[in-house]
Amino acid sequence: MKEFSLFRFAAPKVFYGLAGKMIPWFSLLAVGFAIAGLYVGFFVAPTDAQQGEAYRIIFIHVPAAWMSMFIYLLMAAYAGFGLVLNTRLSDMMARALAPTGALFTFIALWTGALWGKPMWGAYWVWDARLTSELILLFLYLGFMALQAAIDDTRRADKAGAVLALVGAVNVPIIYFSVKWWNTLHQGASVSMTKSPSMAATMLTGMLLMALACWMYSIAVSLARVRCEILERERKTTWVAELIEGMKK
Amino acid sequence: MGDVFCIIRRDIQLALRRRADVLTVFFFFIVAASLFPLGVGPETKLLRAMGPGVIWVSALLAALLSLSRMFAADYADGTLEQMVLSPRPLALLTLGKALAHWIVTGLPLTLIAPVIGVQYGLSGESLTVLVIALLLGTPVLSLIGGIGAALTLGLRGGGALLALLVLPLYIPVLVFGAGAVEAVSGGLSAEAHFSILGALLLLSLLLAPLATAAALRIALE
Repeated sequence: MKEFSLFRFAAPKVFYGLAGKMIPWFSLLAVGFAIAGLYVGFFVAPTDAQQGEAYRIIFIHVPAAWMSMFIYLLMAAYAGFGLVLNTRLSDMMARALAPTGALFTFIALWTGALWGKPMWGAYWVWDARLTSELILLFLYLGFMALQAAIDDTRRADKAGAVLALVGAVNVPIIYFSVKWWNTLHQGASVSMTKSPSMAATMLTGMLLMALACWMYSIAVSLARVRCEILERERKTTWVAELIEGMKK
Repeated sequence: MGDVFCIIRRDIQLALRRRADVLTVFFFFIVAASLFPLGVGPETKLLRAMGPGVIWVSALLAALLSLSRMFAADYADGTLEQMVLSPRPLALLTLGKALAHWIVTGLPLTLIAPVIGVQYGLSGESLTVLVIALLLGTPVLSLIGGIGAALTLGLRGGGALLALLVLPLYIPVLVFGAGAVEAVSGGLSAEAHFSILGALLLLSLLLAPLATAAALRIALE
């Protein structure tokens, strides 16, 4: 029997099959968690004493903001691996993650604006956290624009990797912005070290939604990386055989 | 270190032989900064509040304007390839290129800034702080800009892409640079802002040449 190795999946051909098997599962989980999270968020969680019903936007706002920062770091890590170890799949993963990250950044900004109007009386304020999140969106867009502008895939991957790593400096600035500056944006509601300051049902709803966002991101990135693999390996025999098999 | 000085001397010499390029950036800075009072009206109080920010944004745009030239000529005539192939560490050479860029654009901007500051009604103390902040901040613009210039080397539509890549990374410099002047106008000390600008300068002196060198190698592969 052949020895099992996780590194086997670093080959695009093998990973293509694995990703195909995983996508339905992660999609199902995403839908399941989203239904549970929305149910808890809209029907179980109580109305907030200070913010009324409008607070319920945190069920999408906070998970989206988490994902926006985490996906950037993940993308930078994949890009860094691609740059240092020359692993083809990590470059493809970095490229596949970028649109999802940009989407979540946009959602975080958009829902934040909708929440800001009733709470602060303005859709947008030039507050440190809002501004740094906006910069994050520009970093994602810059990463995608740079890769789109370079025709040679190898150069595009490597140039994008350098940019992603340089931009990663911004992520801690966003994360700590509420602590470093005395700003309008409220501090973190959830902390690893302290007991949560909000009702248990609210926390449950938010975490369920965060899980839903995680599963969604994994499913979508895997689907996108499959397209990326097919496009880059289009001249190989296995892709030709795959397409032959589909025609039948 | 000799390599760095050699590159700086060469780039300044080249810039001085084509003075129009340098002067265009310089006048762009002055014209851009002079447009704001025409756009928002000549109210003294408003202008005094806007002054530091306007000068900084104009400096950012002026630096951006000249960035694409940092490697373009050397790339076109093959000098850049020789630099990459030479046994000298490429990061040191790119450090020299960035410093030369600063001497040709950032330093003149810093020296002319007080004149524009006076037009905006800034006080003597504010002007001093503005100059120190620009002295600390403009080298960071050249250093970070070098990364962007190297990444977009030889690409179509490089100019607009360069702005998209580099401007987000310039924002901390803008915030703390303009913040220093505002702090002094508000009766506070600018020391904290200077410390952060200094930290940004040290960090970019250390890391930006390495990133630029990596980007150049990728561009020339």
